[in-house]
Amino acid sequence: MFGKKTEATTEKGTGFVTRLRQKLNRGGSWLSYDLANLVPGGKIDDDVLEELESELIMADVGVSAAAHIISELRKRLARNELKDLVALRDGLRQTLIDILAPVANPLCISAHPGPFVILVVGVNGAGKTTTIGKLASRFQDEGYSVMLAAGDTFRAAAVEQLEAWGERNNVPVIAQQAGADPAAVIFDAYEAARARKVDVLLADTAGRLQNQQGLMDELIKIKRVLSRHDAGAPHETMLVLDASQGQNALLQAEKFHAALDLTGITVTKLDGSAKGGILLAIANKLGVSVRYIGIGESAADMQAFNAEDFVDALLSVENKFRKEST
Amino acid sequence: MFETLSTRLTQAAKSLSGKGRLTDANIKDTVREVRLALLEADVALPVVKTFIERIRERAIGEEVGRSLTPGQTFTKIIHSELVNVFGRDTVPLDLRAQPPVVIFLAGLQGAGKTTTAAKLARRLIEKDKKRVMLVSVDVHRPAAIQQLKILADEVGAGHSPSRADEKPEEIVLRSLDDSRRQHMDVLIVDTAGRLHIDEIMMAEASRVHAICAPHETLFIVDSMAGQDAIKSAKAFDELLPLTGVILTKADGDAKGGVALSVREVTGKSIRFIGTGEKTDALEVFHPDRMASRILGMGDVLSLVEEIEDKVSRDDAEKLARKLKKGKSFDLSDLKAQLDQMINMGGMAAMLEKLPMPGNLNSAALKSTANEKQLKRQIAIIDSMTPGERRFPKIINGGRKKRIAAGAGMQIQDVNRLLKQHQQMEKMMKKISRGGIKNMLRGMPGGRLPPGLA
Ligand SMILES: Nc1nc2c(ncn2[C@@H]2O[C@H](COP(=O)(O)OP(=O)(O)OP(=O)(O)O)[C@@H](O)[C@H]2O)c(=O)[nH]1
Ligand SMILES: Nc1nc2c(ncn2[C@@H]2O[C@H](COP(=O)(O)OP(=O)(O)OP(=O)(O)O)[C@@H](O)[C@H]2O)c(=O)[nH]1
Ligand SMILES: [Mg+2]
Ligand SMILES: [Mg+2]
Repeated sequence: MFGKKTEATTEKGTGFVTRLRQKLNRGGSWLSYDLANLVPGGKIDDDVLEELESELIMADVGVSAAAHIISELRKRLARNELKDLVALRDGLRQTLIDILAPVANPLCISAHPGPFVILVVGVNGAGKTTTIGKLASRFQDEGYSVMLAAGDTFRAAAVEQLEAWGERNNVPVIAQQAGADPAAVIFDAYEAARARKVDVLLADTAGRLQNQQGLMDELIKIKRVLSRHDAGAPHETMLVLDASQGQNALLQAEKFHAALDLTGITVTKLDGSAKGGILLAIANKLGVSVRYIGIGESAADMQAFNAEDFVDALLSVENKFRKEST
Repeated sequence: MFETLSTRLTQAAKSLSGKGRLTDANIKDTVREVRLALLEADVALPVVKTFIERIRERAIGEEVGRSLTPGQTFTKIIHSELVNVFGRDTVPLDLRAQPPVVIFLAGLQGAGKTTTAAKLARRLIEKDKKRVMLVSVDVHRPAAIQQLKILADEVGAGHSPSRADEKPEEIVLRSLDDSRRQHMDVLIVDTAGRLHIDEIMMAEASRVHAICAPHETLFIVDSMAGQDAIKSAKAFDELLPLTGVILTKADGDAKGGVALSVREVTGKSIRFIGTGEKTDALEVFHPDRMASRILGMGDVLSLVEEIEDKVSRDDAEKLARKLKKGKSFDLSDLKAQLDQMINMGGMAAMLEKLPMPGNLNSAALKSTANEKQLKRQIAIIDSMTPGERRFPKIINGGRKKRIAAGAGMQIQDVNRLLKQHQQMEKMMKKISRGGIKNMLRGMPGGRLPPGLA
């Protein structure tokens, strides 16, 4: 029943960049395509940059992050560094990498007494539960023991959904009845994980919109309850962001961060034709580490976030761009 | 910071004032501001372009009416163009067909299809007295079928069972039988989320769609969706095609520019908006309100509802009585307000919904935006004496010093709070005189949008 639509491959390592690139470029690469169309004569000037700014905005980069990127390119233009299309592409690539590299910090599971607790939060339908399923599979592959906490006690069949992922990965799921206090469920799971010497506890939470203060307070309470028993817990507070969302995703990141001091972000649904421009805006505005990207619905469809791979895939160096520029 | 369009428009209006006619030259800056604001609201760029072009054409040569400021003239044009795009009237579901009338829901992953299926069922059962059956053809997402079953039971709809190891085509065929046999009026088909670029999944949707021949095919779209939504909406429309749209998660703070994008690119009307996770949180789509929301003019009605929901009625009534008696709004009242704001998710959320009059939309009020600040302000009021709270005028330099020290803050902080209180007091007076509508009527940018007045 899982992964019917996307063949779940398990290849890691060498195949990854190719795979990522394929996935990311399924909708056609906006940047490369538009760049090639933009400068038919090959001459780069201010007009081209202005048009490029619109293109960035169209990729959900956001007005201010786009302006920042363009101002960087403009500097290069003034220094006469952007003579042709290739130079523009390299300049853009470097500018994007410069923005993303500082937030490309992988999640490290540090050893210490008690489980490493990852609290997963985000708006409704962003992909939290699926991300937990993917993370469970990943951590198991890396040799960690994993347990799941069904902290979404609100949405219909949220527990069953998490249990399906637990079954699939063969990891225990700690759950209570619908309507139970999420903090109590997660704390229960924490106790169980500690007793069973589990390495990683992944705690699911119900989706909530960042303007629902009562529900945000509920998350703050979960954090508080956890930290009372282990000062370091949760060791990771991860926001899951849907890449197909627009400017509101920035508000999400800002408001969840203000309430919870996020330590990581995972961006899902990058396998769509939305190219994840939001990542640039987040990096530019917030600086919270980006941990993983989701590129499909099955367990294998997740990778650690890597700035260069991401930008390369985004610009699709050897695809349309190369073909049309030579 | 993202400025709302109304802020931008107010600024733009200032630069326009004193000019008799709108010309290409004198609206150039304003047009740019509007363009930027629409983009920040997530309206897709191509849609923004055509929309702006229309506004420009209409605005050029328009006389700035004597009783209106140029900003008001311009805002009126923008707003009415937006309402035009949405269509002036609400389009109800069309159920005039041989029962079971099939309603088919489609959209991207996590948009809210399953929840919306239950909401629609509930509405049709309760409001239209229909017999409704739900069926899930989502054999892909774990527990999707169970999710719909739980919701069907909750809203009292029938449910045609399905299993994840079946083909969606088989399931939908059987559900047609089931609904006929059980004399259902309506069959709602909930589908798996899918990407518009996933050919296999799109082909599946097309096959299931063809089998059940729906009377309504609704595109379920997240109001937080970005620029790309225009592509998915187009792809679903070309494939199925769509007959309408439902905008979900409109209870959030997204401007929902996607509503405009989807409407422009598919031409299909938006039927409902989802305003919460519960099965009763489905509202008829109102073009005026949506236009105001995208423009940052505020969805006053939903704000009023939110206030009713969250602000304790007792407190509100107490305050209303007090204001009616002509008593002033003192610092204890301000404290109660601050408590309520914390409750409501901060002033920021409220400000975003309220089309604030320019003079009230001041830096001082905006500075109350976050909870930490609200708590600091409460601390200041807490370190006042009851007398000071009742009669703020008696707070002189010496008292300010004591209050600041008591709250662990600076005298400027106390000053700022007092100033804010004065502004609130002014606003409260306006409200008590004529209610919220009167207050809003005095706004720049013109009258209330039609439907709200
Ligand atoms: N294409 C694609 N779909 C994804 C990805 N991640 C999650 N999804 C799908 O998005 C939908 C919602 O995912 P969930 O994991 O249920 O999201 P959630 O945040 O837990 O949702 P709530 O708990 O209801 O708030 C499901 O259909 C997932 O299969 C991804 O990376 N790519
Ligand atoms: N706040 C809010 N949440 C909503 C609304 N509509 C749906 N949701 C939530 O959004 C999340 C996803 O809803 P679903 O109905 O599962 O979405 P779906 O489109 O069926 O998802 P897939 O089947 O995985 O593609 C759930 O957490 C819902 O409770 C709404 O109008 N407001
Ligand atoms: Mg979930
Ligand atoms: Mg569903």
